[in-house]
Amino acid sequence: MSILAWTYIMVGLTFGLYLTIAWIARVKTTKGFYVAGGGVSPLANGMATAADWMSAASFISMAGLISFMGYTGSIYLLGWTGGYVLLALLLAPYLRKFGKFTVPDFVGDRYYSDVARFVALVCAIFVSFTYVAGQMRGVGIVFSRFLEVDVNTGVLIGMAIVFFYSSLGGMKGITYTQVAQYVVLIVAYLIPAIAISIQITGNPIPQLGFGNTIASGVDTGKYLLETLDGLNRDLGFSEYTRAFGPGSKTMLDVFCITLALMVGTAGLPHVIIRFYTVPNVRGARLSAGFALLFIAILYTTAPAVASFARYNMINTINNTPYSAAPNWVKNWEKTGLIVWVDKNNDGIIQYTKGDAFKDKPKLTGETGSFGQRLVSNEIVSDNANEVYIDNDIMVLANPEIANLPAWVIALVAAGGLAAALSTASGLLLVISSAISHDLYYRMINRQASEQKQLAVGRVMIGAAVIIAGYFGINPPGFVAQVVAFAFGLAASSFFPIIVLGIFSKRTNREGAICGMIAGICFTFFYIVNIKFMGGTPWLMGISAEGIGAVGMVINFVVTLLVSSLTPPPPAEVQELVESIRFPRGAGASVEH
Amino acid sequence: MEKSLAQYWKKNLSLMLILLSIWAVVSYGCGILFVEQLNAIKIGGFPLGFWFAQQGAIYTFVVLIFVYYFRMQKMDKEFDVHE
Repeated sequence: MSILAWTYIMVGLTFGLYLTIAWIARVKTTKGFYVAGGGVSPLANGMATAADWMSAASFISMAGLISFMGYTGSIYLLGWTGGYVLLALLLAPYLRKFGKFTVPDFVGDRYYSDVARFVALVCAIFVSFTYVAGQMRGVGIVFSRFLEVDVNTGVLIGMAIVFFYSSLGGMKGITYTQVAQYVVLIVAYLIPAIAISIQITGNPIPQLGFGNTIASGVDTGKYLLETLDGLNRDLGFSEYTRAFGPGSKTMLDVFCITLALMVGTAGLPHVIIRFYTVPNVRGARLSAGFALLFIAILYTTAPAVASFARYNMINTINNTPYSAAPNWVKNWEKTGLIVWVDKNNDGIIQYTKGDAFKDKPKLTGETGSFGQRLVSNEIVSDNANEVYIDNDIMVLANPEIANLPAWVIALVAAGGLAAALSTASGLLLVISSAISHDLYYRMINRQASEQKQLAVGRVMIGAAVIIAGYFGINPPGFVAQVVAFAFGLAASSFFPIIVLGIFSKRTNREGAICGMIAGICFTFFYIVNIKFMGGTPWLMGISAEGIGAVGMVINFVVTLLVSSLTPPPPAEVQELVESIRFPRGAGASVEH
Repeated sequence: MEKSLAQYWKKNLSLMLILLSIWAVVSYGCGILFVEQLNAIKIGGFPLGFWFAQQGAIYTFVVLIFVYYFRMQKMDKEFDVHE
């Protein structure tokens, strides 16, 4: 059977599964809609959190990024896992005991202020939209590459599916669909990784395999990582395992980016909100552990995949005549993910450091004298590199590079879709609950009936899907840039005031509002200056991705300082803080 | 009662502090600040600092959360604040 037929079968089966689950899990109450009735088991919540968290970027792009960045790629591995320790120890159990529906709920009640609630809800919506646009785009790209439909049609199909199951089942539907999506995506990630690990190193466990010796070929008997260091050095890149040094980020920058990503993860509303869905405080602690365990399975495999892919890629491409290049090169040329420009007209592919040409490839539709696809981009002639490779190819083309059967390739497509859809649905729910619960019910109409709130929630999911889909079809040029915003703002706004709200009774409304505004403004203007106005990273060379760490510190300092100069919070708020510190009674504390 | 709740909170804070120190040491210490020194040590094919940054720290994170879960379970019962 052909790859295309297999892909239709896999995607059709998995989509059918998601829709069936959503239908069984449909809800009629706001509690079911916002927090799945608070009755999700820690194991299921752990899986759902893992699927919610691992987006199209984790599944498709991360291994490719690490492959090119070597050691420096650790910022993503550490940054996107370490935040769960902060969540488990500092946030999740207490927020569960507090027991409302959303992050703005906590901020608004703890700081007895609708201004704080409003700032929090604007941040939650902004962060979530930034994220969700990327997911819809990911859905479109997987559709176009594997199912050979137009990207826009792909986005529309994705929109319809997500709308159906998130509006019908709310958080409950999303949770159980995400459990299924986790299973699909992790199986799809592991099968090719294990196969390639066996091929290159003979070890079936990728996590161990990339520390082994190479089992066949010219480098037999040499350690894989040592070989990669040598290959990188020969081609003019910095050594694969080497930290810092010329061409890489500085130690301070790596430190700040890792910290910003960790703290940002712990402050992301769609992650925090998942811990409201378990029955009690114990469940919140345990499901954070399960969540990170399930995430770690992919995150410890990714760096192994990265090193295998780098080795395979250099070996099969560099100094190979185009006519003898493996089939996957030619297959993926069609998509513009890999492009070869024969600078010296020798018919041989040369891969070294530097850009082959400017910007993203623009295929002309014509082929050159060796049959290669031509581009209309301006060629960069100050280096000898002839190859453009998109990071995403490292995961997407992996099964073909390893000569795996067609059904595995189809499974990877289904896995990519599962990763994108699960994250998109979690984010849409945050947007919907921020507007229908925090804005409409808490701030505009306190008398709204249960049914009316549910209706508003469903309409809001619809509206959010349409806006997200619009950005998926017409991606603004700045999507890549705004991702720095999502983490920077989550780190510099939510994290400090939630932590202080739990651990310091003295922190008051004035402190929290000033702290949030100071943290956000600093981070916002620093990122805008670098990403949009071409400014230099003036603060000790810290890049836009890492500045959230500094914004967080500013938020902490300002919040504490202003709190100490203004009156302490009212007695009932101090009692609230006291009560969330002790687990007993969490099951009963949910009220609206 | 008040006294024992205060004790519970104090014990919780010190457990957190210990676990967060380990968290910082394996990620920021071994994986970033001292990565170059540790890379001089090789475990199989892995330079040790590189291994911490791409593998070891993540395993430690998982263990830390489960340790916190089990210790707190015990403490909740000990101070009679469990659910």
